[in-house]
Amino acid sequence: MLLGVLFSGGKDSVYACRRAMETGTVSCLITVVSENPDSYMFHTPNVAWANLIAEAVGIPQLTWPTLGEEEEELADLSDAIAAAVDLYGIEGVVTGAIESVYQAVRVQRICRDLDLWCYNPLWQIDQLEYLRLLVSEGFEVIITGVFAYPLDEAWVGARIDSRLIGELEALRDRYAINPSGEGGEIETFVLDGPIFKKRIEILRAEKTYENYRGRFLIEEARLVDK
Amino acid sequence: MILVVDLCSSPGSLSKYEFVDPIAGILRRAGSIYEVVHFTDLSNDPIEGADRIILCGTALKDDLYARRIELFSWIKDLDKPLLGICAGMQVISRVFGGEIVPRPKIGLNGIDIVKETDLLGPPRRIEGYHLHNSGVTLPPGFEIVAGRPGEVEAFKHSERPIYGIIFHPEVRNRWIVERFVSIR
Repeated sequence: MLLGVLFSGGKDSVYACRRAMETGTVSCLITVVSENPDSYMFHTPNVAWANLIAEAVGIPQLTWPTLGEEEEELADLSDAIAAAVDLYGIEGVVTGAIESVYQAVRVQRICRDLDLWCYNPLWQIDQLEYLRLLVSEGFEVIITGVFAYPLDEAWVGARIDSRLIGELEALRDRYAINPSGEGGEIETFVLDGPIFKKRIEILRAEKTYENYRGRFLIEEARLVDK
Repeated sequence: MILVVDLCSSPGSLSKYEFVDPIAGILRRAGSIYEVVHFTDLSNDPIEGADRIILCGTALKDDLYARRIELFSWIKDLDKPLLGICAGMQVISRVFGGEIVPRPKIGLNGIDIVKETDLLGPPRRIEGYHLHNSGVTLPPGFEIVAGRPGEVEAFKHSERPIYGIIFHPEVRNRWIVERFVSIR
């Protein structure tokens, strides 16, 4: 089956893509670029760099703009998926949704209306087990956004490894933070992994941080041989 | 051992992560021993060796299970606890003489539990995650546990511990699977 993966460059869409590649053919990565930094549906930090990941994994990318206003962005997502059907012949859509019923329901409805299969291969996955899986399989994931107390400046740009997963586990127990950031606490970007033919090297980035809200904004990056 | 039956269209499908693994995860965290088998690979051994059986759901567009209903004839004489989730409930309904009917529903909705059972507890309203194109009619010998005749949310065989629920307990209602583990 030919599949299109809803793709932001964050760990969930990248790992969903990996699982999709194991059982089907991923024909394209669908990236909706939102002009609203607080989009309800779409991961925004560094999404402009998702094209580098597409190139690194060797899958065509379809980008689609949206103003990112609640509900209207769903029409834009539907248009993007319909375009992927026309251009790449996809028969199914893959998402990286884990717990978000809000996102999952909306994508399911769009797929039903377009008569497409819908797959959520990370659905309800144990978040700590998932983070350990990412690390053990060799994904290099950095934190590009923090949006919750008590995540301090040190988290911005940090790489997800065993030590950091241990800290996220402690924060989950004490502050009810979702370890994989499904509640919007953290956002990520993937630099390398087993599906990457090349890895991403960040040459320049800017960090911002204030009152438990921080971003790691990539300003210059390139692909390098592994 | 709990037998978890994968109803997705092919063994090892991408949908298995979404509809089977979350149920297996609940059982694993509850400390239960389980085995996952695809419905086209079922033989007498895992069925006879199981203490209880769960039939999992499938993706919206997946209806192969409904076209291979003869593979589930073993359910008719089953004398151990059985839980059918969404597609699994549809299978139970068909095997016992009910029908699978078009009744699409996607999202979180209120569910009225109307009869006390070991599985769902006393009558009250809960919220459940629905993801289906088809619902069921009540088969002979079953009673409605949640919902109403035109919209059966949960049913139970009147004499045996055979249950069906049309919503997905892996989303916000994991307690239902945990309760099923201890049903006699």
